[in-house]
Amino acid sequence: MQTTEETLQSLFGRMTGDEKHGWAAASTQSALWVLYDRVLNVSPANIDDPDRDRFYLSKGHGPMAYYAVLAAKGFIEPETLNTWREFGSPLGMHPDRTLAPGVEISSGSLGHGLALGVGTALGLRAQGRRSRVVVLMGDGEFDEGSNHEAMAIAGRLGLDRVTAVVIDNSSASHGWPGGIARRFTMEGWQATTVDGRDHDELYQALTLEPDGRPQAVVAEIRETTQGGAA
Amino acid sequence: MTAQLTRKLMRTVFVDTMIESLATDSRVVLLTADISSWFFTAVRAEYPDRVINLGIREQAMIDIAGGLALTGHRPVVHTYAPFLVERPFEQLKIGLGHQDVGAVLVSVGASYDDPSWGRTHQSPGDVALFDTLPGWTVHVPGHEDEVEPLLRDAVSGDGRVYIRLSERANNEAVPGSDGFTVLRRGGAGVVIAVGPVLDQVLAATATADATVLYTATIRPFDHAGLRAAVGSARPNVVLVEPYLRGTSAYEVAEALGDVPHRLRSYGVRRDQETRVYGKAEDHDRLHGVDAASLTESITSFFR
Repeated sequence: MQTTEETLQSLFGRMTGDEKHGWAAASTQSALWVLYDRVLNVSPANIDDPDRDRFYLSKGHGPMAYYAVLAAKGFIEPETLNTWREFGSPLGMHPDRTLAPGVEISSGSLGHGLALGVGTALGLRAQGRRSRVVVLMGDGEFDEGSNHEAMAIAGRLGLDRVTAVVIDNSSASHGWPGGIARRFTMEGWQATTVDGRDHDELYQALTLEPDGRPQAVVAEIRETTQGGAA
Repeated sequence: MTAQLTRKLMRTVFVDTMIESLATDSRVVLLTADISSWFFTAVRAEYPDRVINLGIREQAMIDIAGGLALTGHRPVVHTYAPFLVERPFEQLKIGLGHQDVGAVLVSVGASYDDPSWGRTHQSPGDVALFDTLPGWTVHVPGHEDEVEPLLRDAVSGDGRVYIRLSERANNEAVPGSDGFTVLRRGGAGVVIAVGPVLDQVLAATATADATVLYTATIRPFDHAGLRAAVGSARPNVVLVEPYLRGTSAYEVAEALGDVPHRLRSYGVRRDQETRVYGKAEDHDRLHGVDAASLTESITSFFR
């Protein structure tokens, strides 16, 4: 089945009941779709393969776009989306890796995903694997100090299979003067800033050749959209 | 004539055992945050991908352990107790527990191994904090010879294990057991000694008609062992722990839920920061867990 923008909107609408606006407003939707559709080597067929690529949703808030993409890719049955947040549903406000198929980490509390990703990359490196570990964060989440411990050590250890995708919709209360990319660069990362809704720009940035440095892709959500960020 | 033996520190046993484990088990990854990293310089050169000093980054260290466990590795994480448990507490909850993965955490410093370092380097609340999280095994060895079997067992498994090392140690090791070991039997009551408080408990009960139970594994708590001991003595229970006073009181209450009993708990006081330096023995007196204080407390409680 060919997944179209329309299919994703409809999957999203199973949770929000507002398929027209909700999906379009979700700040993470383009990055998630490009990753799962074109970048990551992960699917329901290889989800238990140790050589698969990992995607860690660190910013666990607003997981509807994530669940919609997982459903579009066959990890989750579309009907399951209708049970979102219900007692007994595998899908909550924050993803739980032990409940939701395809979900690699349990998140919701901000500032854990990057260090979990660094640990996973260290484990894969010790096993001689070259799988990628992509961690999706938010610019508000970047406030949490724990990210900065993880960012520094990933740079020092040269973990070039780690990619941090930072969705920047200017939600950090005190901002990041000079930009988020600069923080990563200072810590020895390769950093790119792209339009977070431009699929081709995202794809280009997410498929750069590894060069010994971990990689950050700051995905700016530039236009103001109705309905808030997901 | 008594042979003069040079005793090892518990930390030295930990270091030696880890160096062996790294050589024999490729699952094992050792994480440090500067403290003790100098003991592992040689083995780090041998296994650079599995002996990782992260610098002074304890929050990252615990989540990194979780990430390693997600790839099938067995992380062993080590630093000073307050920085292993208190500072990255949410990482223990989310990075390990909520991910449903395991790790072995090995601390040094205990409640007040060297009180001259002050409050920042004291961790009397560590075991109580683990009690707020499901699924943790807690070992509190009381002698350096108790460390290796506990550590080897922990490293070979998959669960979440905390091993609390101390510079303070009993004169003799007690052979390993999952629950309480009965060291003495008496009729006036039951005294529980956890880890490195055994010497003062034995001294305090030298002339008492008490059953003395010992364990180096306080979680899971041996409910059956306590019930059996209380069944053959008057139901007076004294709990002596080398960390926050009464940490295991709720476990005693659970074990004896249907048995009328009396309980007194001893350990580090909860009502104040001591704000004094000095030696560990001074602090034992301050908290009432030295032999003389315990003798008085236990004698009057059993009377």
